[in-house]
Amino acid sequence: MSNVKPLTMEAAAHTIAPPAILHPWGLPSRGRVGMIALIITETAFFTIFVTAYVFYIGKSLTPPYPRDVLSYPVFNTICLLSSSLTIALASRALSTGAIRKFAVLWFITLALGVEFLIGTGFEWHRLIYHVGLTIRTNLFGTTYYSLVGLHATHVTIGATAIALVMVLTLAGSVRQEHAERIEMLSWYWHFVDAVWIVVFLTVYVIGAR
Amino acid sequence: MAGTIDDRFTFEGRDSELAPTVALPIAGKVHEWITTVDHKKLGLMYIGWGLIFFLVAGLQAATIRLQLAVPNAGIVSPQVFNRLLTLHGTAMVFLVGMPILTGFFNYLVPLMIGARDLAFPRLNAFGFWLWLFGSLLLYFSYIGGGGMDGAGSAPAVGWFAYAPLTETAFSRGHSTDYWIISILLASVGSTATAVNLIATAFSMRCPGMALNKMPVLVWLAVVDAGLMLVTLPPLSAAQIMLLLDRYLGAHFFDTQAGGSAVLWQHFFWIFGHPEVYVLVIPAFAFASEIIPVFSRKVIFGYEVMVAASCAIGFLSLGVWAHHMFTVGMTPAGNAFFVTSSMLVGIPTGIKIFNWLGTMWGGRIRLRVPMLFAIAFLFQFLIAGLTGILLAVAPFDWQLTDTYFVVAHFHYVLIGGIVFMIFAAIYYWFPKATGRMLDERLGQWHFWLFLIGFHLTFDTLHFAGLEGMPRRIYTYQPGRGFELPNLIASIGVIFQALGVIAFVYDVIKSLTSGKPAGKDPWDAWTLEWSTSSPPPEYNFADLPTVHSRRPLWDLKHPEDPDWKYE
Amino acid sequence: MGAANRQIARGAVFSPVSTPANTIATLAWFSLAITLAIFLTVGGLLLYSIIRFRARPSDEQREPPQLYGSNPIEFAWTAIPLLIVFVLALTTVRTIYDVQAAVEPANAVHVRVIGHQWWWEFRYPDLGIVTANELHVPLSDPTHPTPTWIELESADVAHSFWVPRLAGKTDLIPNKINTMWIDPHEPGTYLGQCAEFCGTEHAMMLIRVVVEPRANFDRWVEAQRLAATAQDTVARGRQVFQSNACASCHTVQGTSAHGTYGPDLTHMMSRQTVGSGVATNTADHLKTWVRDPARMKPGALMPAMNLSEKDLDDVVAWMVTLK
Repeated sequence: MSNVKPLTMEAAAHTIAPPAILHPWGLPSRGRVGMIALIITETAFFTIFVTAYVFYIGKSLTPPYPRDVLSYPVFNTICLLSSSLTIALASRALSTGAIRKFAVLWFITLALGVEFLIGTGFEWHRLIYHVGLTIRTNLFGTTYYSLVGLHATHVTIGATAIALVMVLTLAGSVRQEHAERIEMLSWYWHFVDAVWIVVFLTVYVIGAR
Repeated sequence: MAGTIDDRFTFEGRDSELAPTVALPIAGKVHEWITTVDHKKLGLMYIGWGLIFFLVAGLQAATIRLQLAVPNAGIVSPQVFNRLLTLHGTAMVFLVGMPILTGFFNYLVPLMIGARDLAFPRLNAFGFWLWLFGSLLLYFSYIGGGGMDGAGSAPAVGWFAYAPLTETAFSRGHSTDYWIISILLASVGSTATAVNLIATAFSMRCPGMALNKMPVLVWLAVVDAGLMLVTLPPLSAAQIMLLLDRYLGAHFFDTQAGGSAVLWQHFFWIFGHPEVYVLVIPAFAFASEIIPVFSRKVIFGYEVMVAASCAIGFLSLGVWAHHMFTVGMTPAGNAFFVTSSMLVGIPTGIKIFNWLGTMWGGRIRLRVPMLFAIAFLFQFLIAGLTGILLAVAPFDWQLTDTYFVVAHFHYVLIGGIVFMIFAAIYYWFPKATGRMLDERLGQWHFWLFLIGFHLTFDTLHFAGLEGMPRRIYTYQPGRGFELPNLIASIGVIFQALGVIAFVYDVIKSLTSGKPAGKDPWDAWTLEWSTSSPPPEYNFADLPTVHSRRPLWDLKHPEDPDWKYE
Repeated sequence: MGAANRQIARGAVFSPVSTPANTIATLAWFSLAITLAIFLTVGGLLLYSIIRFRARPSDEQREPPQLYGSNPIEFAWTAIPLLIVFVLALTTVRTIYDVQAAVEPANAVHVRVIGHQWWWEFRYPDLGIVTANELHVPLSDPTHPTPTWIELESADVAHSFWVPRLAGKTDLIPNKINTMWIDPHEPGTYLGQCAEFCGTEHAMMLIRVVVEPRANFDRWVEAQRLAATAQDTVARGRQVFQSNACASCHTVQGTSAHGTYGPDLTHMMSRQTVGSGVATNTADHLKTWVRDPARMKPGALMPAMNLSEKDLDDVVAWMVTLK
C-alpha cells in the first residue's frame, strides 16, 4: 500500500521499516456490526419490559389472573420458531445462488410470521371480548399487553421488511450478491424469535403458576 | 511555524485539484445543509444547535439563580420556577450535552481513523433531524402543553420525572407528555448515532489502524456508543410505560392499583447513571487528545487508559441505585451499591493519574485549550471526590436531594464536561473552519467563567450542608441559606460574561480569525493531516498508519512511535 | 418567618443531636478526611507539574522524552485506591447496618407520618392523637434511650422526611411503608422540610420537630387528646366552620367536622406555623390564609373559601381558641 507520499532522502535514511500491515486489510462488514449493535440495544429494551412483567407477577389487586385465562400458544410458537429455520435455509440458498429455492423459503417464512401475528390477534380478541382483560384491567393486563404487544410490534416490523424483500424478489431484483444483507435481516428475525422464547417462558410458564 | 506539517510530509496535497470551490447562492447553501449526509456538517449542526440550547437553558438557570438570590424573591411563581428547573435539567442533558458531545464524535471519528464518513451517512442525517425536532418539541410545550382543559404548560416534574407525580392524576394537561415524547424522539437519534459510531470504528479504519492503534478518542467513542446502546433503552421503555399509563390506563406506576413508584426510579436510574458517564466519557476523550499535544508528550499508559475506560463503561451499569439510597432499600441492597459506586471511582481516578503522568516531564504550553483542560483536571478531581462522599450511603442520607448534590453534579457537568467542551471548541475550531479563535478573548472567557463557576458551585456545597433541599422555588430567611445563595447568584454574572466573550469570539473569528493552516497546534492524529476545513471526502488518498500518532512518525522519522508501542 | 426561624439554633448536618445523625456525622468526618487527603495529594501533584514542567521559551523546538507508560506505577496507583475503597466501604456498610438494622425497643414512641401535597400528617396510633406539620417527641437520655420510631407513608406522590440534626432523610413513597428512628438528646425545636420534589409547593412543606422532656411531652399528649371545647363567645365561628365546606376536608374533634383530606385542626393553635411553615400562627396570618391560601402558598390545594368578611372574622375568632 503506497498511499503515503515518499519521505525526503535525509529522512528516509534514518528510518527502519515499520511493522507489516495485515494484507488484505480485512474489517468486519458495517452491516454486520450495525445489526449486532441494533440487537444489543433492542435486548436492553426488552429486558426492561420483561423485568416489569416479572416484578408484577402475583401483584394484581383484582382478577382476572394469568393461570385462569392464559392458554399456551403452541401453534403460534411452532410457526414462529419454524420461520427461523426457514429463513436460515433461505439465506443459505441465496448465498449459493439458488434464487428460486430462496424465494420459496422466503415466502414460507413470511407466511409463518403472518400466521403468528394473526394468531396473536385471535388470542387478544378472546382475552378482550370474552374474558374482559384489557391493559387497564389490572397489573397482569398492563404487563401482558405491553410485553406481548411490544414483541408483536417487532414481529410486524420484521414481517414488513420480509414482505418488502418478497416483493423485490418477485420483481427479480434480489440476487446472490445481496446474500450478506439478507443474512443481516435474518439475524433480526432470529432475534425476534429468541425474544419470543423469553416472552413465552415469562408469560405462559413462569407467570402463569 | 517550525514543527508543523507542510506538503512534503502530507498524505495528500491535491485538495485544490480535487475540490473546486463553488460559490453557492443562499438557497443552495441552505439546501446543502438540510440535505447533507456529510458527517462533518451534521456534526457541526449537532454542536451548533447544542450551543443554542446551551444559551437558552443557561438563561433559564440564570433566572433560577435570580429567584434564589434572596429569600422570598418573588421573581417567578412556584409553577414557573418548577418548569424552569425541569426544562433546564432536561435540556442540558438531552439538548446540550448529548448533541454537542456526539456531534464532536460525529465530526472527528472518521477523520481520526482515515475514513471518508461514518458507516451509515443517511442514518446519521435521520438521527440528527429526529433529534432536532424532538428537541424543539420540548420547548414547544410552553405553547402546546395546555391540553384541552388549559392546565399545564411546559413540564414541571423535574428532569427525572418521578412517578406518581407524572401520572395523569397529578400532572394535568400535556406537559408531561411533551417531556416524554420529545425525549423519546431525541433518544432515537442518539441511538442511531451510537450504532453508527460503533460500525464506523470497527468497519472503516484505514490500513494499519488496528484497534490498538486507534486514538484514545476513538476508543472512548466506541465505549460511549456501547454504553448508549445499553442505557438509552431503559429510559425509552420506562417512558413508553408512562405513556401507556397516561393514555391507555395502564398501571405500571399507578400506586393506587398496586403499581410501584420505586420501579420508575429503578428504570430511570438504570438509564440515568450510565447516562452521566455517556456525558463525561467524551470529556475524557477530548482531554486524552488535548493534554498530550499541549504537554508535548504521548499519552501515558495508552493500554491502561483504554482498559480503564472499558471498565468505567461496564461498572457504571451497576451503580444506579446510589440515587435511591433513601428510598427504603434493604441494608444489603444499599451496601451493594455503596461498594459498586466506590469501585467505579477507581478506573476514573486511574485516568486522572494517567493525564497527570502525561503532563509530568512534558513541556506544557498554556494555550487556551490547555487552560480549560487543566481546570477540568482539578474540577473533575473534586467532583469525583464529592461523588465518593455521596457513595457513603449514610452521608448520602443527609446530602441527597440537597444543594450538595446539585453542586456535585454541576461540578461534573460544568466543571468537567462544559470546560472540556470549551477546550475542544478552541482546539478543533481551527480544523473545522480554517480560522483560529482569538487567544486573548479566550483568556477572558476562561478566567471569567472559572471565577463564576467557582463562586456559584463551591458555595452551593455549603448550602446543602446547611440543610437546603433542591428544587425549592424559594426559602425563608433565618435558615442560614441566604449567604451561599447570594454568592452563588453573583457567580452567574461572571459565567455569563465569560460566555458572552466566547460567543463574540466565535462570531468574530468565523470571518476574521487568523488562518489556521492544516496543523496549528503541532498535533499527531490524522485529522491534522487534512486541510482546514477538510474537503467533503476527507482524504484524497486514504492514509496508511503504523502507530497511534501517524503525524509524529512523519515529523520524527528518526524516532517513530511504532518502535515503542 | 425570619424571626421565628432565627429563634431556632443554626446548624444542620454537622450539628447532630440524635444517634442516627451523630453516627452519620462521624462517618462523614472520616470520609471527608480521606477525600481531603486525596485531593491535597493529587491536586498538589497537578499543581506541581504545571509549574515545574511548563514550557520555557528556550525549549520551543525540542520535544521532551516520550514516556509511553510504566507498569509498576500503574499498579501502585490502582492498588492504593483499591485499599482506600476497601476501608471506606467496610466502614460505610457497618454504619448502614447500625442505623437501618437497629432493633426497635419496647419503650419506643410510635408515629405514623403520612405525606400529602404539601403538608405532613402525624398520627400517634398508641396514644390516639392526630396532628399536622409539627412533630412532638420525648427527649431521650443516651444512657436509657427512649427513641421515637417513625413509619412513613404517602397519600399521593413521593415525599422525603428530612430533619438534618436528627437523622438522614427517608422517603415517603405511596404504596410502600418506610421506617426510621430518632432519639434526640437535646430539647428544642428542629427544622426540616420535604426533600423530594412533590409538586408546586414542595418548597413550603416544612417540618418542625419539638423535643421536650418526658413530662412535658406527656402533658402535650394529654392536651392533644381533648376535644375542642364549645365556648359560647365563638359559637358563631364554629357554626361557620361546620356549615361551610371546611368540614369536608378538616377534622376538629368535638364538632361535626371529620374530613381527612386536609390537616386535623383540633389543636391547631398549639402549632407554631400555619400552612406547614409558610407563616407564623397568628390571627392575622390565619385570616389571610382562610380568605385565600394561594396568597401565601400559590398552588395550595385548599381553595379560597369565599367567606364574607364577617364570617371570616368569626371563624378565625373561633379557630384561635383551638389550642
